[in-house]
Amino acid sequence: MTSTLNNDVADTARRLAERPERIWAAFEHAASEGRAAFIPFMTAGYPTPERFPAVALQLLEHADLLEVGLPYSDPLGDGPTIQRASEEAIEHGTSTRATLQAVKALRARTDKPIVVMTYINPVYATGPKEFMRLCVDAGVDGLILPDLPPDEDLGIRFLAAEAGLALTFLIAPTSTPERVRVVTSACTGFVYAVSVTGVTGARDGGALSEVPALIALARAHTDLPVAVGFGVKDAATARIVAVDAGADGVVVGSAFINALKAGDDLGALAAKIVSGCRK
Amino acid sequence: MQLPTYPLPDARGRYGVFGGRYVPETLIPALDTLRDAYAEAKTDPAFLSSFETLLREYVGRPSRLYLAENLTRHAGGARIYLKREDMNHTGAHKINNCLGQALLAVRMGKKRVVAETGAGQHGVATATAAALLGLECVVYMGREDIRRQALNVFRMKLLGAEVREVTSGTATLKDATNEAIRDWVTNVRGTFYILGSVVGPHPYPAMVRDFQSVIGEETKWQLQAAEGRAVPDAIIACVGGGSNAIGIFAPFAYLPEHQRPQLIGTEAAGQGVDTGFHAASVAGGKVGVLHGSMMYLLHDDEGQIQAAHSISAGLDYPGIGPEHCYYSDHNVARYVPVTDAQALSALQLLARTEGIIAALETAHAIHQAVITARELGEGKVIVVNLSGRGDKDVAEVMRLLGPGLTGPGLTGSELGDQA
Repeated sequence: MTSTLNNDVADTARRLAERPERIWAAFEHAASEGRAAFIPFMTAGYPTPERFPAVALQLLEHADLLEVGLPYSDPLGDGPTIQRASEEAIEHGTSTRATLQAVKALRARTDKPIVVMTYINPVYATGPKEFMRLCVDAGVDGLILPDLPPDEDLGIRFLAAEAGLALTFLIAPTSTPERVRVVTSACTGFVYAVSVTGVTGARDGGALSEVPALIALARAHTDLPVAVGFGVKDAATARIVAVDAGADGVVVGSAFINALKAGDDLGALAAKIVSGCRK
Repeated sequence: MQLPTYPLPDARGRYGVFGGRYVPETLIPALDTLRDAYAEAKTDPAFLSSFETLLREYVGRPSRLYLAENLTRHAGGARIYLKREDMNHTGAHKINNCLGQALLAVRMGKKRVVAETGAGQHGVATATAAALLGLECVVYMGREDIRRQALNVFRMKLLGAEVREVTSGTATLKDATNEAIRDWVTNVRGTFYILGSVVGPHPYPAMVRDFQSVIGEETKWQLQAAEGRAVPDAIIACVGGGSNAIGIFAPFAYLPEHQRPQLIGTEAAGQGVDTGFHAASVAGGKVGVLHGSMMYLLHDDEGQIQAAHSISAGLDYPGIGPEHCYYSDHNVARYVPVTDAQALSALQLLARTEGIIAALETAHAIHQAVITARELGEGKVIVVNLSGRGDKDVAEVMRLLGPGLTGPGLTGSELGDQA
């Protein structure tokens, strides 16, 4: 009996470590090349379900990790760009299962870590356990749930650990030291530092002035990699975050959606941002 | 005066499984600060005295508890009392909460307030409180509601507020609330979010309830004077998010079961709960998370929020406050669906029997009042929360009924226009 339990615990511990390890390796690989990890974001099913795989693969060519957005009707943490992309993706029939099937198809083409960003309601609607099972089956490495503070639902953290999925929670410029402690101690993949008080979307670089203090606060509480997102849109803003503020990773989302709308070359934009990530 | 203390929510802002704080981390420190500031204000005699004075001198409280003899005769059963929140300054119960929160905003040193609005009543009440207390005010309102409630939009502007049109999603109250929360996330350090219903992240559902519970507390002593009993046999109120209902329910909801009146919330059934065109979250929804709170919610199997449909913009919301969800699950209150057509008919009934034109929201409660009065029978007493007046709805009602009252009333195609 005891040995079975021990085996279970060992098994859980092994699975718990597996996927974060791939995430950590991606950050370490970028660091070994003297840059912050580049983490592009794209809404699943955007611009259309047919074109999404090619767009994601193009971003993956430059990426260290890929963040895929599972579209939600009421994305509280997102600005107009990702809101509209989510609405269009849902109109095009991008369901939870469709999103995870698309990730599964990407997984067959890449060994780079893929994290899924969505809101808590689609997770609850599918059932957290089933949702995690679908994620693991699709080859997802981690989850970002921006409207779930880590102390709001301990069950999700338990299930993610059991499934071996890394969880990333967010800290913000308004976070007190105590909140940074609570949030970073709950993260199992990397820490996501929100660069500005606000929602996602491209801004002027001047808005990023609070990032260095936030990263310093995070580092005082965790050894996990700290990625910065919201408001990074080009090489210059990437440099502020990666070089000036010393982030371990840079997340860029809305800028790629805007580039798709404008018909700009995603690869060129990605390459420029990667150059901005070089320390 | 004192603000009441209730057993719920728990320390984590939960009403059983409902409630909570499902919001971006950016807001968590602000919600902590708000919770602590409100707890302090709640026991500060100076704050309570300011609130009481404004309710009395500015709002015109206490609102009357009026025995509707003609409606009672028409129904032929229990005596029907109307709690006249429609007689408040700005025409609805919303002002009670707005003044409470605006006073708290001033106390916390905030210079700017934001709010969401559906029918425009909460927006007008917020703009009013902001004008009175010298606060900058921005109100988010869905494009669809701006069309339906043009007069209230202009009222807000007259009061010095900026009205920002929301075109995302369904362009109604749900989306206006998203946008107000996004504004708050962005400007959280200098801005106070005046939420208009018993929804949202903790402490909002509790705070709004406390400010609105003056409705139920007054009812107790007014009914004691009129009937020699503080507790009626039934209380009826309409429920969108549920702030007027919680205001009159909560002071009675925690009484021992044998002393508790029937508490009946009327949800907007739109064209019917089976049609998919409704806003009945308890009757037609399932548990989910919206606007920071776990609640009964209209959403599909994927967790995508569904559009709510109601003739009344104020009930056109896909969720219902967490405390109502708790009441429903624990049989403290029950929630019954009332259709657009029934509400429109009840609006005309009250106008003709009592000379009171109620808001379309409130008309949902009037419909149920007649049913419950008949069920209970003579000698019993029911109180209906007459939450708002119908001035804002007259143009829409005229569109539906025709200027000569000879129009088709509510047909499928008319409702199709609204959807």
